Amino acid sequence: MLHRFANPTRFLRLANAVLPWATGLTILLIGAGLYFAFGASPADYQQGETVRIMYIHVPSAWMAMFAYAFIAVASAVGLIWKHPVAHVCALAAAPIGACFTLICLTTGSLWGKPMWGTWWVWDARLTSVLVLFFLYLGFIALANAFDDAARGEKASAILALIGAVNLPIIKFSVDWWNTLHQPASISRIDMPAVHTSMLIPLLLMAVGFTMLFTVLVIIRARAELADRRINALRSARIHAETAHSGA
Amino acid sequence: MTRKRRRLTVVFLGGLLLATASALVLTAFEDSIVFFHTPTDIATKKDLQSDRRLRLGGIVKEKSWSKKSDGLTHDFVVTDLTHEIRVAYKGIIPDLFREGQGVVVEGRLLPDGNFRADEVLAKHDENYMPKEVAEALKKSGQWKGGAVTGSETGKTGGEKPYGDKPYGSQKESTR
Repeated sequence: MLHRFANPTRFLRLANAVLPWATGLTILLIGAGLYFAFGASPADYQQGETVRIMYIHVPSAWMAMFAYAFIAVASAVGLIWKHPVAHVCALAAAPIGACFTLICLTTGSLWGKPMWGTWWVWDARLTSVLVLFFLYLGFIALANAFDDAARGEKASAILALIGAVNLPIIKFSVDWWNTLHQPASISRIDMPAVHTSMLIPLLLMAVGFTMLFTVLVIIRARAELADRRINALRSARIHAETAHSGA
Repeated sequence: MTRKRRRLTVVFLGGLLLATASALVLTAFEDSIVFFHTPTDIATKKDLQSDRRLRLGGIVKEKSWSKKSDGLTHDFVVTDLTHEIRVAYKGIIPDLFREGQGVVVEGRLLPDGNFRADEVLAKHDENYMPKEVAEALKKSGQWKGGAVTGSETGKTGGEKPYGDKPYGSQKESTR
């Protein structure tokens, strides 16, 4: 299964088939999600209208972690099986994940001021998400730091795998330590602590964001593959010309 | 062993090593990563009973909050249901500050055992629901959250303010 899509041509064929569906679902789900989030969902019993920040903040936070997990898995596949498409996918996902992390941090800050009384605190949850943001930046910087693209891929893949340690820390920070951030509302053993009328827009936005991520990764991976192809063709031509003129 | 298998083993062992190392580091840092100390921490740990700055977290005790007429000087009791500490604060409190709700205050412990705060942060729980649902739950007696408003005290049952675990005491149970 994995080996089938290691081939860029096959990967592109699948990506092109998925793209219109994913785009349609993105528009549909985020559209419906926004409608519910800002109109057809109730205000919270404690937080009032401010709770609507949740519909952006929480899916962004999930996507920030999901994108990093995606990068880590892709990097492992790239390192172990040397699949070229895996590295391309990891590189394509990195700026998108960084954006989701930034949205999560910004909306969290805007939410924290009216509710907690502060823009920022150095508690375990907030700090570990900030570390995640820096990991994304480090990954992008390292991948582009080498003249030889293959070496950049390898170095950044190793960084991505090391940074994956941060994911469980983010997830469980609110359980392991005293934090200002409250514990998980959705992924609990018993019922989710979010009422259905608020859970629906939240889940719509979460699936919508996942589709958006898919769309953006496909577009970026496609561009990166095209770029590599152009470079390969160009260097082949230069090679052929110099060989010709030298003869 | 093929090269592919060797790379797989290296990645796997590296990951295992890294996970162990970070688990050890996090265990070692356990006490210094906490964002706040509970009243029980302060009552039982001698090194916290100094005049250095620290954060105190817990629930604002029901009917303990009094506000002076200037609207800025507040006086309330922070409790973790085992120990409690009286807090004095002058300043603006966040919207979510309520009796029966979580709070984190930053300041110094006074020699008389009271706490002088210069910053008050409200901590909210993980429950989200419309107002009508909260009221319906309370009416039917299924309510297990904290008090909804300052006026609604006593009846709502302070024994389980944060679902199944007493607020801030999860560390005690794992020790």
